[in-house]
Amino acid sequence: MIGKFSLIPPSASTIAPQVDALFWFISAVTAFFSLLIAGLIVVFMVRYRRRRDDEVPQHEEHGSYALEIAWTIIPFAITMVMFFWGASIYASIKRPPDDALHINVVGKQWMWKAQHMEGKREINEIHVPVGRPVRLSIASEDVIHSFYVPAFRIKQDAVPGRINQAWFEATKPGEYHLFCAEYCGTIHSGMIGKIIVMEPAAFQQWLAGATPGAPVVPVAELGRQQFEQRGCVTCHSGKPGALAPALAGVFGSPVPLADGSTVTADESYLRESILNPHAKLVAGFGPIMPVYQGLLSEENVMQIIAYVKSLAAAGGGGHS
Amino acid sequence: MSAAPIPHAEPAGRAGDRPTNYLNADYGVWSWLLTVDHKRIGVLYLISITVFFLIGAAYAGMVRLELLTPRGDVFGDDTYNKLFTMHGISMVFFFLIPSIPATLGNFLVPLMVGARDLAFPKINLLSWYIFMTGGLLALGAMFVGGVDTGWTFYTPFSTAYATTNVIPAAVGIFIAGFSSILTGLNFIVTIHTMRAPGLTWFRMPLFLWAHYATSLIMILGTPVIAVTILLVGMERMFGLGFFDPRLGGDPVLFQHLFWFYSHPAVYIMILPAQGVVSELVCAFSRKRVFGYAFICASSLLIAALGFLVWGHHMFTTGQSVYAGMIFSFLSMFVAIPSAVKMFNWTATLYQGSISWSAPMLFALGFMGLFTLGGLTGLFLATLGTDVHLHDTYFVVAHFHYVMVGGAVMAYLGGLHYWWPKISGRMYPETPAKISAALVFLGFNLTFFPQFVLGYMGMPRRYHVYVDEFQVLNVLSTAGATILGVGYILPLFYLIWSFRYGERAPANPWGASGLEWQTPSPPPTENFVRTPIVTRDAYDYHHLELSPAPKEAALG
Repeated sequence: MIGKFSLIPPSASTIAPQVDALFWFISAVTAFFSLLIAGLIVVFMVRYRRRRDDEVPQHEEHGSYALEIAWTIIPFAITMVMFFWGASIYASIKRPPDDALHINVVGKQWMWKAQHMEGKREINEIHVPVGRPVRLSIASEDVIHSFYVPAFRIKQDAVPGRINQAWFEATKPGEYHLFCAEYCGTIHSGMIGKIIVMEPAAFQQWLAGATPGAPVVPVAELGRQQFEQRGCVTCHSGKPGALAPALAGVFGSPVPLADGSTVTADESYLRESILNPHAKLVAGFGPIMPVYQGLLSEENVMQIIAYVKSLAAAGGGGHS
Repeated sequence: MSAAPIPHAEPAGRAGDRPTNYLNADYGVWSWLLTVDHKRIGVLYLISITVFFLIGAAYAGMVRLELLTPRGDVFGDDTYNKLFTMHGISMVFFFLIPSIPATLGNFLVPLMVGARDLAFPKINLLSWYIFMTGGLLALGAMFVGGVDTGWTFYTPFSTAYATTNVIPAAVGIFIAGFSSILTGLNFIVTIHTMRAPGLTWFRMPLFLWAHYATSLIMILGTPVIAVTILLVGMERMFGLGFFDPRLGGDPVLFQHLFWFYSHPAVYIMILPAQGVVSELVCAFSRKRVFGYAFICASSLLIAALGFLVWGHHMFTTGQSVYAGMIFSFLSMFVAIPSAVKMFNWTATLYQGSISWSAPMLFALGFMGLFTLGGLTGLFLATLGTDVHLHDTYFVVAHFHYVMVGGAVMAYLGGLHYWWPKISGRMYPETPAKISAALVFLGFNLTFFPQFVLGYMGMPRRYHVYVDEFQVLNVLSTAGATILGVGYILPLFYLIWSFRYGERAPANPWGASGLEWQTPSPPPTENFVRTPIVTRDAYDYHHLELSPAPKEAALG
């Protein structure tokens, strides 16, 4: 899989065969029309080559509505097949299944840092189980990077200021390349790693194994620690009359804003409201929260978000 | 198109008896640097962009050399990053965008409309000075330290992280943009107001239609890249937040602005190339073009639709799924007018009298390469496949097929075709044919393997790569050496022919078009008397081929 010459990339996710089928369909269309045009050119070049210098063709045909309509409509119809086919694959690439395993990924010059929700951390390697959807929340600490696994046919930019989502379901155990696909500076081509796809039992064993030198703490628990250390809990207490909105159950629900509009509290909204809370102020609350831009790393932010999400499940207050 | 009152003037072939033309009308450096003759300005542009092409090609050669092996053994990381950046900047902004419009367009638009010059000759000269100012600034930025942002200047890398000469290079591009706007303005006014009597819109050669459409893009699109560069400069120098999220900006906003210009800019490169190919295909098959009105309409449609598809560069940024779908849908539309042109050119060849002269070989090569370049764009317009192929070598291969296989092939074809008019001399036919063949073969060997590399998953802008990609990279570098020979040959024999080539008659190809009705090279005022046009373009079935074209000319 890695290091072997081939002309076809390994196909190791549920989406890969779908992308390949469309790829080969467009390839067939491309080959047909290229060969058609090239073939006609060669045939005409030879058949109608100029035989005398003063030769003037007597052929008067210089247009045909029927032909023009045909070679407008037929290519257009073919491109529409590509469009709908491609859009349906894109829709499934963009919609992670609900039961997916969740991993936070942060790109920074020039490495990929990953953390499993159970707490296990990795750098330039991500272990995943075979046959189970895996959802990635992808952020960037500095410039734009792009998380690319050719064997899975997925790619998602890591854009600073956003948390993007990607997902895949690996179908074959093995090791696959992870590349940074967006130019990010000096060691862009060294920002590579491996996706290690394991049998579910081996994966569970790996996940439970201790990291040397560091206790494994679940991401939500790390978020709770941040939540207390940074003093968030003082105002986001969840008690009646608190100075800031209660956070239990807020994830994924609509939030009314001070300007009268409504926003869905997804990861990007929570991220913005932690780093730059005055951008979209919740209705009924004053602009009193300090700006955390520059004070929290992307990893910290993602941990706090994981904690807020865990509150949704618990249904308790915004306190521990 | 024939103009009855114009005598088929033959330049006198005997030495010592040379009529005055734009080349010998005046001598000395200042007669060139202060000229307002569109033909001389075209030649100034020709020389300047050739220099930029050679610089860009040298960078490309170094990139291909480094990629021979998977390890970074020739250049360091930062040097490599500068090489591909400077290759892109010199080729895109200082060679491809001005290539056909500023050289052949400048030389031919007034001749083809039957005018003495462009509408604003002094503005035309100003545009060359502006171009050179921008170009020299960018060159300075490259030679003193370099730039490493990629030609796309993506933020926040370019505004907050790059430590190289981003500002001088960007300002160079900013300045050069104004020359583009002025050229477009000049062409539009000239085509509107200075057409010879009888030259109605639908008698115009397709070269003029293509340049008209291109000029619209230049005028409407270039200001947007100027504004974008200005914003990058303000963020980088003064910390004003537009694109950097830490300053409250959005990096994807930059991509919207950048591609709003830079996608249409692809059509600034390819529309004039298509215009050249329309002329060449008709002249060398001695046939009226098939579907004239449809090719005109296609040019204008490409110019209009080109502005609506920029979002297809951003399918993986995390933009909304619906935005992705709309941009994918619109991108499919823009493929159709180019397909229509391709079918019409092919139909024009049918039952023609096809000459195998070098310009025609370049034009036919264009048709082959541009077909593949255009069709592979469909993989990238289609959402499901773009996610995998975006930012890989597939994209590199695709746009080189369009911009190098397409635009450069047509540029060389046009340069050979009009060389007798520009220089007054014939180029040597055999080396020219060899060059056309080498370029075609070398090009395919260089860039076809890159489609496969992209599908295999090799990302762009990789200095070091994994072992399994080496075989295809070696093929690509081998092709690049052949391509290099193909490109360098014309430089030698065209310069040689300028002095030693056989003197060219007014109309060596037996071509229609007003530019062939005046001597080669034309007098400064282009026409002795204003021509009157009585027939449609490419009126070959009415053309009388006398005096018979010289044999050497037809090769």
